[in-house]
Parts: sequence; structure tokens; C-alpha cells
Amino acid sequence: MKVVSLTMIRTLTRAFPRARRMCSFWPIYLLLILGTIIVIGPFVWMVSTSLKNLQDVYQIPPDLIPNPPLWRNYGIAWEAAAFSRYFLNSVVVAVVVTLGQVITGSLAAYAFARMRFSGRQALFYIILGTMMVPREILLVPNYVILKWLGWLNTYLALTVPFLASAFGIFVLRQYFMTIPQELDDAAKIDGCGSLRFFLSILLPLSKPALVVVAVFAFLANWNSYIWPLIVTRDDALRTIQVGLGAFREAQSFGSTTEWPLIMAASTTSLIPVLLIYAFGQRWFTQGYALSGIKG
Amino acid sequence: MAARLEPAKHFRWLTKTPGAIAPYLYVLPALSVLVLFTLVPLAYTFYLSTTSWDLISPAKHFVGAANYQRLLQDQRFGQAFWNTSCFAAGTVPTQIALALGAALLLNTQIRLRGLFRAAFFLPVIIPIMVVTTVWLFIFSPSFGILNYLLGLVGLPPLGWLSDPHWALPALMIMTIWKNFGYHTVIFLAGLQGIPLELLEAAYIDGANRWQGFWKITFPLLGPTTFLVLIMSLIGSFQVYETVVLTTNGGPAGATTVIVFELYQNAFVFFNMGYAAAMTYVLLAFLFVLTLLQFRTIGTRIYYS
Repeated sequence: MKVVSLTMIRTLTRAFPRARRMCSFWPIYLLLILGTIIVIGPFVWMVSTSLKNLQDVYQIPPDLIPNPPLWRNYGIAWEAAAFSRYFLNSVVVAVVVTLGQVITGSLAAYAFARMRFSGRQALFYIILGTMMVPREILLVPNYVILKWLGWLNTYLALTVPFLASAFGIFVLRQYFMTIPQELDDAAKIDGCGSLRFFLSILLPLSKPALVVVAVFAFLANWNSYIWPLIVTRDDALRTIQVGLGAFREAQSFGSTTEWPLIMAASTTSLIPVLLIYAFGQRWFTQGYALSGIKG
Repeated sequence: MAARLEPAKHFRWLTKTPGAIAPYLYVLPALSVLVLFTLVPLAYTFYLSTTSWDLISPAKHFVGAANYQRLLQDQRFGQAFWNTSCFAAGTVPTQIALALGAALLLNTQIRLRGLFRAAFFLPVIIPIMVVTTVWLFIFSPSFGILNYLLGLVGLPPLGWLSDPHWALPALMIMTIWKNFGYHTVIFLAGLQGIPLELLEAAYIDGANRWQGFWKITFPLLGPTTFLVLIMSLIGSFQVYETVVLTTNGGPAGATTVIVFELYQNAFVFFNMGYAAAMTYVLLAFLFVLTLLQFRTIGTRIYYS
């Protein structure tokens, strides 16, 4: 029986290779499509809700495509709180932190990958060790330290503690080690100093690793909520996540929650994340798999 | 004379060549940030954990191990530990099973592989703020889609986040939804490191797919599975923002997890010393898990 069916499949395969592919793979497609619906569905519903008026939100079963789509919700939501300011704050803070992590990380990684100095192993293990300590857990003492430094409620509190990452150093060092040592030697013979070699040869060759570190740094910072919430008080210092949280709370007062406006603001806040995801897809999955450590 | 000019032995690294100090300058910026905001707080937390302090008054009273002793008898902390353990028990195995399943499906010769993978990974990079907003909506008892779906199959509606029995499971569902794509990618990398010849040989010898998976793929994935297990355990014991942005520990303390209890003590009750002791207990627990994770890093197969 089995032999017969195998022969049949073989004959079919020769005749219709594509059909056979589809036949044997259809359960896999079915499961994957089901999974995709579960994963993407909530986002579709978010965007759909952002384009509805308040009454339609409570309609059951929900309409997937709002009629007519209320694009003005986006403008209303954006004006209802200082979102431009929150957005700008987030961009500035995330860019500063990203640049900081790339700069401090690549400098340190260069030393660890290429230079000989006493205490190198010990220092590297200390840095790796800090990776074991989750930052969120250290929120209490870090808050006290910032209070003592007088940095609470300033941009310094949002940026300085994140200007270096053990993860970044680790990834860059691993990458630098894959670049052949002969390059260093050749550069040295030609009279190239170590800083110049680093800037004009090593860094340009390490773009993939730099992109991974930058993407991780930017996203982790853009998405962070609890730290900026606790260390800032002024509305003018709020990041987009903190602003969204406050907006969500403010819109939920009373009997009705302004879901369309909340969803419109949430959708807008995702634009940078989605842009980076779309362009950096390949770096991400590689980077995450490579590290095995959450960024 | 020569002996007089010879620098002391331990300072030789500093003066031997002008470039000898350079490595330290390269490392300094990163190291100072990491020391100041990770190692110093770590030491400081330990000091705090031996004191009684309310964050505002200048005086910190030394209380020795009293905070740790109090922890052992604290029923609220016990409840938080229990809730967190339930959360871990509910999320970790499910995430692993789903991620492994998805990875196996994606590790076939199907079309649009990259697209499916990108879709599964998407929730991982979405900020928790937006994720909780969307799920608050989904869990809504009156107009949420989950209760609508329950109604379609003839089940009564649930209170979800407002029901003490369902609040924690609801948070688990949300967390699994957000995280399983991350583990899928790690499993995929692990699967790609398994030589196909082994499976082909087994199939030729008459093994079916089920046997092939349990006898070859799964054992070879061991290190990857272990890594994912430890990582998701560590993650689930740190759960906090998910709670604070949805149930805020309620209803009736049903979702009060360890880190939530910790921050309540620090920033609401102003028991800094007590919160610091909690931090150390949690850190010790996570440290053991992390050590296990680091031990496996060297043996991971997808480096090859």
C-alpha cells in the first residue's frame, strides 16, 4: 500500500512538481497562517479601532474595516497631549544612547579584541558579569544614585546610565576577532597608528555588528517605560512610552474610554519601530540568535 | 643607577611604552558607565538591605539581617513568590512548546518562510506599552474579541483581568503571545545546526517523522532547549511592566509578582531597606539561573 502511494506520488511529482509541493505542505501552511492571524490580528484590530468613532468600537461583532475611516482621529489624538514633544524626546534620547553604546562599545571591544594589557581578562569578565545583572532590578539603587547626583528629572537620567552596554561590547569584540590580524600588522608597517587603524579600517569593516548593536540599543531605549517613568516628573521630559501611558490613563477617566484616540496614538508611536524592523529584519534575527542574550 | 631608574614592578605596565596606557583609555568610557550604574548599585543595594530607610530621611539605621528574616515570614512576599512561580510554570513550557513547533514548521521547504518568521517575531519588538493597550482591549469583558469568540463556541463570557481566577492566566496568554517568536528564532538557529544527513539516514532506515523528531532532532536540540528554558525562566521571574500596565497587582493581589511587590515597597511604602533585601533574594535566584545559561553558551550548536 505504502509502496503504491509512494510510486503514485513520484509520478505526480514528475508531472506536477508544484502541485505536489502544495499538497504535502498544506497542513504546515494552514498552521502557519493560523499562527500569523493570531500574531498579527491584534495589530490589525488596533489600526481598525483607531479609525472608528466611539460607538462603533463597542459594536459586536466588530467591523474590521471602518466605514468611513476617520483619519482625523490621528490628528485629534496627537494634539490631545504633547505628543510631538514626547516623540522628539524619545528620538533624541534613543539616538544619544545608541551613539553612546556604539562608541563606548566599539572602543572597549577594540581593546579587548586587539590589545594586550594586564588585567584584560579580569576586566572583560567584569563587563560580562554586568550582563548577568538585570537593569530593571537595579532600579531602586540607581534611583538613589541619580537622586544623589542631582540628575533626577533631567535628560542626563534618561541617557547617561545607558551609554554603555555589556551586550554591545560582547557582540563587537566577537566580530572584531573574526577580522584577520594580518590587517593590523600591514597597517602598522605602513605607519598607521592604533586609533587611525580602528577608525579607518576596523570600523568600516564591522558594519554588520555595528548595525546589530545600534538597532538593539535604539529599540530597547525607544521601548523602555518604567525607567523614564520613575526618573522624570515634568511633562516636557516625558518619552513617548510614558506619554502614551499618561494619555491612556487620562482618556480612561469617566464612563467611556476613548479607545480610537488611544489606538491612534499607539499606532503612530510604532512608526519608528516598524521602520527599523522593516529595514533591519535580517540583522535582528541574526543578532538575537547570535547573542542568545536579551538586549 | 640602573636600579634607581627601574620603575616599581607593578607600575611597569604604565611606563614601559607610551602606548601601554592606551588600552585602559579605550576601555574606560564603557567601564565607568557599567561600574557606576551596575556594580556600584549592586554593592549599594547590599548595604541598603542591612538598613532601615524611608528614602527621604537622612538617617539609615543598621538592622543587620532583620530585613532578610522579615522576608522569610512575610506572607505578602510568599504570595508574590507563589504568583510569580505560577506565572513561570504557565508561560515557560508553553512558550517552549509553541516556539519549537513554530520553528519546526518554519524549518521546511515552504514558501514565504521569511515572511512568516518576520510575523512571528513582530510582537517581540513592540513596546510593552502598546502590547498592553491592545490586550486590555482584547480582554475587555463587554466588547473584547475573546469573550465574543467564547460566545461563538457557546461558552460564558469571562471577566479576564478583573477576575481573580483569570487575571494571571490572562497575563500569561499575553506574555506567551509577545515572547514565543523570540524563542522561535533561537530554535530555528538551533535546527539549522543539525546535519540533515542524520535525519535522511534515519528515514531511509524506516523511521517515521515522529521517531525522527524524538530520537534525533530533539536530543540534538538539547543545548538550545536548555538555553531557551533558562532564558524564559529568567524573564518570567522579572515580569513587572506587564503587570503594572494592566492589573496593577490586582484584583485582590492575584497578579502581585515579586518585582511588583519590590517596587511597592520601594516607591509606595518607602521601605528601601526591605526592598533592597528583596532585590538580593531575587538576584541570587536569577544569578544561579544565569550561571547555568553561561555554562551552556560554549556548547551551543548554532555557533558553528
